[in-house]
Amino acid sequence: MSEQTVERPTLWDLARTFNLISLSSFGGGLSAWSHEIVVRRRGWLTETEFLSAATLSRLLPGANQINVAVFVGTRLRGYRGAIAAVLGLVSIPFCIIVLLVVGAQSLESPPLRHAMAGLLAAAIGLTLSMVWRTGRKAIVSAVPLALAAATVAMSAFLRLPLWSTLVVLGPLGIYWAWRQAKPPA
Amino acid sequence: MSLQQVWEILVVFGTASLQSFGGGNAVLPQIQLDAVHTYGWMTSQQFANAYALAQIAPGPSTLLVSAIGYQAAGLPGALLATVGMIVPAGVLMYVTVHYWFRSRGARWQQAVENGLASIAVGLLLSSAIVIVRSTEHNVLQLVITGVATVIFCATSVNPLWVMAACALLGWMLAI
Repeated sequence: MSEQTVERPTLWDLARTFNLISLSSFGGGLSAWSHEIVVRRRGWLTETEFLSAATLSRLLPGANQINVAVFVGTRLRGYRGAIAAVLGLVSIPFCIIVLLVVGAQSLESPPLRHAMAGLLAAAIGLTLSMVWRTGRKAIVSAVPLALAAATVAMSAFLRLPLWSTLVVLGPLGIYWAWRQAKPPA
Repeated sequence: MSLQQVWEILVVFGTASLQSFGGGNAVLPQIQLDAVHTYGWMTSQQFANAYALAQIAPGPSTLLVSAIGYQAAGLPGALLATVGMIVPAGVLMYVTVHYWFRSRGARWQQAVENGLASIAVGLLLSSAIVIVRSTEHNVLQLVITGVATVIFCATSVNPLWVMAACALLGWMLAI
């Protein structure tokens, strides 16, 4: 069990960290930011755990990043942690959105649009670096490589719905990992 | 806000919450139908503006529902819509994760974790590809993405600096 290796943050610390993730994602790349901060800076999850969090979050209904916050919060501090993480993630953006709705039509200004385009390009770069980091841990042989490639083909290029990708590739991946796993002692 | 309005908002977003497989975008068409056509909380142009706002504002883009709730019934409406959208799916996630951690170390749990990991990597890569393809990324943006990726992979510089530099670059070059 790896419980001992993870320091247990306070609820306030969880909320603050998810608030930081949220505010850093201005312009996009929320998922990449949660990886950057939760895994790389805080060490709250391992790369593999983060991938589990990402997969469970996609399998279940709900916004992916809110589900990731529930995962991390629950892992570290149970249901209180989940609530703290979600509140940290959404409180300030909620206020920002309400203020924007009340006040703004200034989104159409070209300079802002150009800056946002640059920001988006960088946010995609952050996502790609996350692919690189998690991929180095997860893709250890030809089978996972083939599974990842098939996922990209089905999901990004054929645009098949998530459930069909998972129904086809999920059992293959789980079977492969089952064969690799050591039988329980 | 009348009791009936409270009920309508909770029903619209609560049911959307539990159906939002693959994230909030999955139920966007349904929410648009309810907000614009069924209940008339906003015009379709207001809906489109709210969508753009939620995309660029920090945080989960599902907070689009906060903007819709605000149009429906002011600040209480915004809070109610947000709670309605987050809580049902959040509780389901919590229950699942709770069980997941209790099974930690079991062989099936390890098999699921490791077996789905490579697929998760593929899905992450797909999300980047889909965004690039859906936003008419031009050559300059592709170059920025490439350079930023290399910097993020090879160094441990705080990504905020790189993002700020890229925003500045976008503004100066008018990409």
